Amino acid sequence: MMRFLRLTTFAAAVLIPCLGAQGEIRFPPPEFESGYQFPQTTTPGAQPVFHEYIDVALLVVGLLLASYLILKRRSRRAVFVLMIGALLYFGFLRDGCICPIGAIQNVTLTIFDSSYAIPLAAAAFFVIPLVFTLFHGRVCCGAICPLGAIQDAVLRRPVVVPRWLESGLRLLAYAYLGVAILFAATGSAFLICRYDPFVGFFRLGGNWNILIIGVSLLLIGLFVGRPYCRFLCPYGVLLRHLSRLSKRRVTITPTECIQCRLCENACPFGAIREPTGDWPEGEYKVAKRRLAFFLALLPILVGGGVWGGYALRNQLARMHPRVRTAERIRLEELGRVEGTTDVSDAFRATGQTTELLYHDATAIRDRYGLGGALLGGFLGVVVGGKLIALSVRRRRAEYEADPASCFACGRCYKSCPKEHERLKKNREAVEGHA
Amino acid sequence: MADKQENMNRRKFLREGLWGACLAGVGTAAGLSVARNNPDNMVWQIDPYKCIACGNCATYCVLEESAVKCVQAYAMCGYCDLCTGYFVPEPKALDTGAENGLCPTGAITRTYVEDPYYEYTIDESLCNGCGKCVKGCMAFGNGSLFLQVRHDRCKNCNECAIAAACPSQAYKRVPADQPYLLKGADHTS
Repeated sequence: MMRFLRLTTFAAAVLIPCLGAQGEIRFPPPEFESGYQFPQTTTPGAQPVFHEYIDVALLVVGLLLASYLILKRRSRRAVFVLMIGALLYFGFLRDGCICPIGAIQNVTLTIFDSSYAIPLAAAAFFVIPLVFTLFHGRVCCGAICPLGAIQDAVLRRPVVVPRWLESGLRLLAYAYLGVAILFAATGSAFLICRYDPFVGFFRLGGNWNILIIGVSLLLIGLFVGRPYCRFLCPYGVLLRHLSRLSKRRVTITPTECIQCRLCENACPFGAIREPTGDWPEGEYKVAKRRLAFFLALLPILVGGGVWGGYALRNQLARMHPRVRTAERIRLEELGRVEGTTDVSDAFRATGQTTELLYHDATAIRDRYGLGGALLGGFLGVVVGGKLIALSVRRRRAEYEADPASCFACGRCYKSCPKEHERLKKNREAVEGHA
Repeated sequence: MADKQENMNRRKFLREGLWGACLAGVGTAAGLSVARNNPDNMVWQIDPYKCIACGNCATYCVLEESAVKCVQAYAMCGYCDLCTGYFVPEPKALDTGAENGLCPTGAITRTYVEDPYYEYTIDESLCNGCGKCVKGCMAFGNGSLFLQVRHDRCKNCNECAIAAACPSQAYKRVPADQPYLLKGADHTS
């Protein structure tokens, strides 16, 4: 009996797949005589949502505290302690997810895909630091963002990055922002999360390539302050421009600038701007011509960008898995490649027609045509705008922190003699009181 | 002097206007997000009817030990003596000997129920989500073994690293109050 069953089972196992479609029951579940009750499949619940509400609450409290410490108390030490606290909580305890940088993509996907419902935490993490920046400058960068904190904490011997190099490298951040929004809007990928360099440290494990990028950035970060924040961070791009408009912001001196130049090298992130006058007489004419040239160049750059982005649409569209599948299937159908891959096997197992697949892929490529053109145009505007900004001279009467580049870390405060005066007065007031 | 004063005022006016516009823009983004918000979170899950058990789940998860585990839909299981999810092809004997087992970590428990039926249960503390048993069960059995993201382990990354590497696009976001896509005997697709 036993042997017979085994044989039939085996025969069935070999033969039935030829007949049955996937998902069909080949062996009807037995009628048990022993009264056996089959167990239920266990379904452990998801992480409770209240964690995220705590995160949002702590974000608001942290930003309020950071604003107070940096603008009112003017204490670098207190900001540093807060920053380490944020690194421990948002970084190591909450595994660096969700962060404001990645939340850009959630918001983008919400706008472009009506079926996607954004988690409240992602929306809050995107919006709240932007609002705080409009009021108090980039306090989020200096004290709250775990990615900034881990780089800030390792900074040892800052070297000065020349302004032209700094401006040039910063274009990477604009490109990163543009590409990340394109991929998120088309539902292809969350690029920022995929290449988050520090999340591997926070989780204490992860993809090797990313860990190597993270370690390299931290090694660079020993000498170049916050390389990710300055040259790559896509959220930083948004904060830069909002911070220019902020109501209050970091001022190096608590009272007035005496032009002592002591703060000149105090900022490891190259955010302190020296006083400038008008163009020298000889240079003015050249500068005017240069500005006119760059203004004329702007439409050419934008046009070139639009054309280039559109031309790259098929390459860009490969980020979408559906397009990759279509390309692979097409190659196989045309006999240009040998064998199949997991991707093509999986597609064939679904039983969909290739026409549907190609139709989808074409539609996605069309979207990338528009998206690529917009991305290229955006990059043209950025490069052109940068060139124009570099050839305009703004008058400055005193040393000040560039509102766009300042991370509100408070390192420059102690370099100002007026700050020491203020602290001394405070101390005397306290002692006099006692 | 009067001219300069006016200039400063104009600049200030522009600044204030731009500031207000930015705040309105951020407010719009917030409003839109809240309007589209899901009060319950979204979590990642595998559609078992799309999964081809390629093995990426075991290696691509950001966790050292993947959050994906094999689960058993008992109602679908054939309780076979020769379980092709449990045994290697052409096993020497149908017993619990390690040389006959397909699972690389020995995470499947084979329990005698009644002649000739055996119950197969996954020990999740041993399972690494490689899907070898799933492949075996899908190929020759009822397909009652399948992979699921276990939410007691899943970190719910903003972009799931396995989803990005999934060849069959079987990963999707599902509402957190129904975080599993279980196979059932009544399913007919």
